[in-house]
Amino acid sequence: MAPVIGATTPLSFGPGASPNMSDQPFLQLTGISKHFAGARALENVDFACKRGSIHAVLGENGAGKSTLIKIIAGVLEPDSGAMFLEGQQVRFSNPAEANSAGVVCIFQELSLVPDLTVADNISLAAPPLKFGMIDRRAQYRFAEAVLARIKCEDVDPNALVKDLSLSRRQMVEIAKAVGKSPKLLILDEATSALTRKDVETVYGLLEDLRQDNVASLFISHRMNEVERLCDTLSVFRNGRHVETFTKGTKTDREIVRLMIGREVDAHFPPKPQAERTAPHLQFNDLSWEGRLKGASLSVGKGEIVGLGGLDGQGQKELMLALFGVLRGVEGTVKVGEKTGAPLSPAAAKREPRRICLVPEDRKTEGLMLPMSISDNLLAASYSRVSVGPFIDPALESEAVDAAIAKLQIKLGSPQDAVATLSGGNQQKVVIAKWLMTDPDVILLNDPTRGIDVGTKQEIYRLMRELADEGRAILFYSTDYAELIGCCDRVAIMYDGSIVAELAGAAINEEAIIGASLNLHASGPEAVS
Amino acid sequence: MTAMSALSTNMRQNRGLYGAVILLSIIYLIYNILHPRGFSSAVLIQNANESVAIVFVAMAQTIPVLLGGLDLSVGAVMTLAACIASVLVNGSPLQIVFGMVVTLAAGTAFGLCNGLIVVYGRIQPIIATLATGAIAIGLALFIRPKPGGDIDGDLNWALTNSLWDFVETYGLFDPDAPWFAPVAWIPVPLLIILVFGVCVWLPFRRTVLGRTIYAIGSAEGAAFMSGLPINRAKVAAFTLGGFFASCGGLYLAIQTASGNADITQAGAYTLNSIAAVVLGGTSLLGGMGGAIGSLIGALILRVISFYFRILSIDPLLQPLVEGIVLLAAVSLGAFRVLRVKNRLELFR
Repeated sequence: MAPVIGATTPLSFGPGASPNMSDQPFLQLTGISKHFAGARALENVDFACKRGSIHAVLGENGAGKSTLIKIIAGVLEPDSGAMFLEGQQVRFSNPAEANSAGVVCIFQELSLVPDLTVADNISLAAPPLKFGMIDRRAQYRFAEAVLARIKCEDVDPNALVKDLSLSRRQMVEIAKAVGKSPKLLILDEATSALTRKDVETVYGLLEDLRQDNVASLFISHRMNEVERLCDTLSVFRNGRHVETFTKGTKTDREIVRLMIGREVDAHFPPKPQAERTAPHLQFNDLSWEGRLKGASLSVGKGEIVGLGGLDGQGQKELMLALFGVLRGVEGTVKVGEKTGAPLSPAAAKREPRRICLVPEDRKTEGLMLPMSISDNLLAASYSRVSVGPFIDPALESEAVDAAIAKLQIKLGSPQDAVATLSGGNQQKVVIAKWLMTDPDVILLNDPTRGIDVGTKQEIYRLMRELADEGRAILFYSTDYAELIGCCDRVAIMYDGSIVAELAGAAINEEAIIGASLNLHASGPEAVS
Repeated sequence: MTAMSALSTNMRQNRGLYGAVILLSIIYLIYNILHPRGFSSAVLIQNANESVAIVFVAMAQTIPVLLGGLDLSVGAVMTLAACIASVLVNGSPLQIVFGMVVTLAAGTAFGLCNGLIVVYGRIQPIIATLATGAIAIGLALFIRPKPGGDIDGDLNWALTNSLWDFVETYGLFDPDAPWFAPVAWIPVPLLIILVFGVCVWLPFRRTVLGRTIYAIGSAEGAAFMSGLPINRAKVAAFTLGGFFASCGGLYLAIQTASGNADITQAGAYTLNSIAAVVLGGTSLLGGMGGAIGSLIGALILRVISFYFRILSIDPLLQPLVEGIVLLAAVSLGAFRVLRVKNRLELFR
C-alpha cells in the first residue's frame, strides 16, 4: 500500500465502530413496496443486514432483487415502507445521498465515464482539492493506492476508461466503490465480467471488508460463489422476501425449491409428439468478445427451441451474432445448406437464409415509434410491395391489411403512429413485420416481456402455428413457465455457452433453475 | 510508471490536439517562407490581430460541444458585445475600464441565460441558442443600427501592436530598457489569447464543474449515478461560453475601432467556430477535447485564409479549400467506427 494518501480523502476501510454494536442490524427495511405501471416489483418486504457480514440475495429473474438494490442505493424511491440505517430512518432521493450515508453500490451497468481517466473516475464526485481545483497528484496517488488494494497495479491511473477491457473496467468500478470507504457495499453481479484471478482478489477484498466490520450485500447467480463467500442468505421470490437463513442450514436443492413457486397462470397450446426433424439452423463453438464462449446448438424445422438461463449469460449476444449484428464472431453457423454467419441484418433476412429477429427492446430496436403502423409493418419487406423503385399503394395496403388480420392487431387506423398502440399490440407489429418477410428461421428475444396475459397467449399460439408451418424457432425467455409450456426442447445458457439441453419430461422448473445456476457441474445433488 | 510511458499515454489520448498543433506549425512555417516579409514581427502582429476574435469564439463554442450540444449564438453574442463596446469603451480611463467590464458582463449574462433556458426550459441547446442568437443580433442592431462607434484610440493602438508599443503608449516604463528587449517584439493580441487560454480555461478544466462537463458529454447516466452536479455544470458551460464570446467581441471592437451589427458576419463566426472546434480535436458527441485544441483549430482556419492573400488566389475559392481541409480532418476521426464490434452501438 502506498504510504502517502491525500489528506482530504483518507483511505480507511473500517468505519471503526465497536464490534459489540453488531447485534443491531446496520440496514433495516420494513414494509417496502414498489410497483411499476401496475406490476408488482416488491411487496411488503422486511429485510435486514448486519455489519461484518457478507449477505447473499438470491432469486430467479424478476424476483425483485434489482429493485431492492436500487431502493437501498437511492436510485429508486419506494412507494411505501421505511428504511433505517443504524436505527435512524433514512430516505435517499439519489445515489449521491446514499453514498454520503456510506451506502455504495457497484451496479451491473457500469457507472464509469468512458472519456475520463481511471483516476478521474475513482474520485469522480468528490476529488481531492487544492485551491478549489482538483489536485491531480493527490488524485493519482489515491487511485494508485486503491488499485493496489484490489491488486490492479497493472491499470494505469492515467489511462482512459474507454481504452480498458471490460474486466479491467469492472475492477475500476470496484475500486471506485472501495475508494468511498463504504459501510454497506452492494455488489450486483459484480463478478460476472471478471477473470478468475480478479474474482479471487474480490473474494479477498470482501473478506477484508468483513474483518473491518463492513456489511456487504452480494447478488450473484453463481451458487459456488455464494457458498464460498457468504455467511447469510436471503431468498426472494415474486417480489417477496421468502426466507433468510445462515449458510449451511439448507442444501442446494432446498434453496432451489425456495426460489421456485411462481403460480403458472398461462395456458399453452399442446405440443405435438412429432419426431425430431433434421437440423435447419446449426451453430458450433460461437465465441465473441468474451460474452459468447463456444456456444453450440441446432434447431430443426418445425421445432421451437427455448433458450433459458439467467439474465445476461450471452443469450442476447447469441441472437445478435446469428442475425449478423456483431463483428468478429468466431465459430461456424449453418442455415439449411448455407454455411457461414450473415454479415449484416440485411444479409440475414435475404435468401437463402431468411432469418428474422424480434429484438429485446422493441422501442429502440424493433419499432420506429413516430412512424405509422403501416410503415413499421412494411419496414423489413418493402421490396415485396414495390414496383421498380416505387412502393405500390395497392400492394402496400393489401399486405398491411393481411398482416393486421393475421395477428389481430387492435388499432384505429394503419396510418396512426405506432407509439399510440398498447405494449402488446406494439409487439404484435414487430412480429408481423418479420412474418411479412416469410422467414425460415425466427429468433425471438424475450417477446412477451412486459405485455399483457391475453396477448402472451396469442403469441404462444402463433409460435406453434409458425412451427407447424415448418419454420425453425429459437425462443429466448426470462419466464421459465413459458419455456416449459411452449418449447420442444430447452437449451440453458450459462457464462456464454450452452450448458444443458432439456427435452420432454426433463423440461421442468427445477431442472431449468438448477441448470441456470450451473449446479450440476459443481454440486453433488445433480438436478438435470 | 516511467516518464516515457506517461508521455506516450498523454500523446495517445490527445492525438487530435497534437495533430492540430503539428498541422498548424507546418502551414504557418510554409506561410512565412512564402511571405515576402516572413518571420517578421510585423507579419506576426497582423496575423495575431486577425485571429483573436475567431479564437475566442471557437473557445466559447468548445464548452457546449463538450456537453454534447452546440451553441449557435456565439457569433451573435460576440457581435452584441462588440456593439456594446463600441458605445462604452471610450472617455476617461475609469470609463474605459467600466465599459470593458460591462461588455464582458453582458456577454456572460447572455451565456447564463442560454444555460438557464437549456437546463430549466429543457430545450435542446441547438434550438435554444438559435433563438437567443437572433435575440442577441436584435439587441445589437438596437444598440448600433448603423456601423460606427467610438473606441479609445490609445487602447486600439496598445492592444493591436507589440508589447513595446503597449508599454510606450501607456508610459509604463522605458520601453527600450535592455531587460525588456527580448520580449518587446511579442504581439499583444497573441499574449491575450495565451493569457485567457491558460488562466481561464486550464484552471476551469480542473474544477469539479469542469470535469462534470466532460462527464456529461461522455456518459450522462454515469455522471448522474455518480452524484455529479449536472444542472450546475450545464449552466456553467454556457455561461463560460458567453464570457469567451464577449471577449472576442470586445477585442473585435477595439481592433476595428467600431461596432457593426452584421448578421452575416455573426453567422460566419458561428459556423467557423464549429469547424475550429472539430479541427482542434474535440468530439461533436461530447466528452473529449478542450478549448486549447479549438484555439489551435481557429488559428489553422485563419492561416488558410492568409494563404489566399499572399498567393493572390481568388478569395472565392476559400470556402472550397476550407471545406476540403475540414472534411479531411474529421475523416481521420471516423476510423473509430471500424473498431466497434457490436454494430448496434453505432446508433447509440
